[in-house]
Amino acid sequence: MAQKITISPLTRVEGHGKVTIHLNDEGEVIQSKLHIVEFRGFERFIQGRPYWEAPVLVQRLCGICPVSHHLAAAKAMDVVVGAGTGDGLTPTAEKVRRLMHYGQILQSHALHFFHLASPDLLFGMDADPAVRNVIALAKSSEYKELAVQGIMMRKFGQEIIKATAGKKIHGTGAIPGGVNKSLSVDERDFFLKGEDPLNADAMIEWAESAIALFLDYHKKNSELLDNFSRFPSNHLSLVGDDGALDLYHGRLRAVDSEGSKILHDIDGQEYLNYIGEEVRSWSYMKFPFLTELGKEKGWYRVGPLARLNTCEFIPTPRAQQAFEAYKVYTGGKPNDMCMHTHWARLIETLFAAESIKNLLEDPDILKDDLATKGARQSEGVGLLEAPRGTLFHHYRVNEQDQITMANLIVSTTHNNQPMNEAVAYVARKEMSGQKTITEPMMNAVEVAIRAYDPCLSCATHALGRMPLEVALYDSHGCLIERKTR
Amino acid sequence: MADLNNFTIDGLKCLAREGTSIIDAARQNDQFIPTLCNLEGVPPKGACRVCTVRVNGKLMTACTAKISQGMEIENQTEELNEMRKSIVEMLFVEGNHFCPSCEKSGECELQALAYRFEMTVPRYPYFYPKRNIDASHPRIVKDHNRCILCKRCVRAIKDEKGRSIFAFLDRGFETRIYLDPDLAGQLTEERARKAVEVCPVGAIMPRGEGFKTPIGRRKYDRHPIGSDM
Repeated sequence: MAQKITISPLTRVEGHGKVTIHLNDEGEVIQSKLHIVEFRGFERFIQGRPYWEAPVLVQRLCGICPVSHHLAAAKAMDVVVGAGTGDGLTPTAEKVRRLMHYGQILQSHALHFFHLASPDLLFGMDADPAVRNVIALAKSSEYKELAVQGIMMRKFGQEIIKATAGKKIHGTGAIPGGVNKSLSVDERDFFLKGEDPLNADAMIEWAESAIALFLDYHKKNSELLDNFSRFPSNHLSLVGDDGALDLYHGRLRAVDSEGSKILHDIDGQEYLNYIGEEVRSWSYMKFPFLTELGKEKGWYRVGPLARLNTCEFIPTPRAQQAFEAYKVYTGGKPNDMCMHTHWARLIETLFAAESIKNLLEDPDILKDDLATKGARQSEGVGLLEAPRGTLFHHYRVNEQDQITMANLIVSTTHNNQPMNEAVAYVARKEMSGQKTITEPMMNAVEVAIRAYDPCLSCATHALGRMPLEVALYDSHGCLIERKTR
Repeated sequence: MADLNNFTIDGLKCLAREGTSIIDAARQNDQFIPTLCNLEGVPPKGACRVCTVRVNGKLMTACTAKISQGMEIENQTEELNEMRKSIVEMLFVEGNHFCPSCEKSGECELQALAYRFEMTVPRYPYFYPKRNIDASHPRIVKDHNRCILCKRCVRAIKDEKGRSIFAFLDRGFETRIYLDPDLAGQLTEERARKAVEVCPVGAIMPRGEGFKTPIGRRKYDRHPIGSDM
């Protein structure tokens, strides 16, 4: 009999979403959708507020990567106050913001890999859900040390954020045109020379050992990691002017599945000329696409996998070494293996740890030249590579300093179509022709979504929290079974 | 010293000149009485009622009542602090106070008192009034969502002829602070700074800047309100 499967709530992702899968009378998957069922509102209620509030107000749409929203909004407001983009800020402001951002990357990537994803890898997708979590990881003698490392890496990143933004979550460090504080010598020394293991060198070592762990796992499970939810796509991210991986600032580049450039390092202020957003009736999350290629062919991936596909090199030595090995695996071509996102994420974690050390050793982060401004502008766009992918903040401001328009395109929103593709791929592979739908089958769908580290609250700028649900419907649309967690 | 009066605050023997307001007399004797509308050196208004104390058994606002010989004042009692907490909660629900994105956060007297009284979840329903922001003046932004109508700006910010540059407009629930259009030009940089400074909340803020003071260095980050007495 035909069925419709609903997975709701999605677990170990941030926000609230559900998956529906329709099966025909023969049990073949005929349609699948990832629905984002949260309500969005930030773009509306920021209207009328003074522009200097945006970096502090808008970051409240997320509790995991608020620094990304804080910085993207601040970057947009840099343009509004006439400080420009990129080199416009004082060296201290630029470097303190970068330090804040790499602290965020480190803690968010550690959270994702160690807390959310590793249980699937280390215990298996078909393990009992009761033990498929970070608590079980910490309790097991084999993985206890790994779990502790994950937790401590997250803590280190959070402490960096606190030192630069004032608080671990929802700070105020970035202001239009600069920052409101630099680092004290004591703060710097705490991170550089702090007691083992909370110092920058330990973070670099642990990030390297996490890559080694992944590679070891890959040797034993290459079939799974290479082929699970693998499909070609375009990839988009910021890259530095020299083609380097740069998560704080750069130009927008996209490549196709063969690695050919399809978006040629454009200035982010011009994004509206190149990127469109489609609305579909069944989800609050929009579907962005490259306008030149259209809705069908113009969708793309963002995030760690995409970033390592668009950049040419990584400007820190150890991460570059890891990047070279990573590129060799695909012969230099773009990597379209969904589960390799974890590999890419860990290389970025190493890059973040090395970047933190470099910035801490830079005397500019101790100086007092914090902010600048120039000729006031009426509009600004702030782009940033958030942990989950490219983040767009676009604001218009009237002559009375009030925001009149806000448009946010969030990392997870860019990945909407890829996540839907991933769900369709896994649903077809795991569920088609099966007589009963088991929990491991549903978890496989979640694993595919989880690889994108989605933040559904960010994507819809919603209020609330995020569970996931999967429902099974027959060919007449009648609900047969619903499973929620 | 014939004009000196003896009185007690919570049983503690105190001394102040006759005619001194209870709130000033308490301050002179290192005793903290919370307030949101009173401002040293500015005539009192008795608008917020947060400074309510019990004088010889009777409730009075400490900013308007004067010290007299032999007064017995109750200040830090459970009953009074509970009443003050209720007033603070009512001020919160009556306006739109979003501390997380307010640049006055950490330097806001209303927020500081809410912390002092351990206000966690308001017990009263939110009004969610529809109020606007007036950013028409080049030096300040008036955010009516945050105004608690304490009248400090009206009483403290005057032009050289002693005329109030700020005023109240409309009545009742519609009341809001207003810049006298004839005197708005008198709001110099110095007066605008002072208006921002005297506002106990974030209703009057400077144009073009916010969050300049980092978390940890704001007024109440290290010294909660009343902790200096």
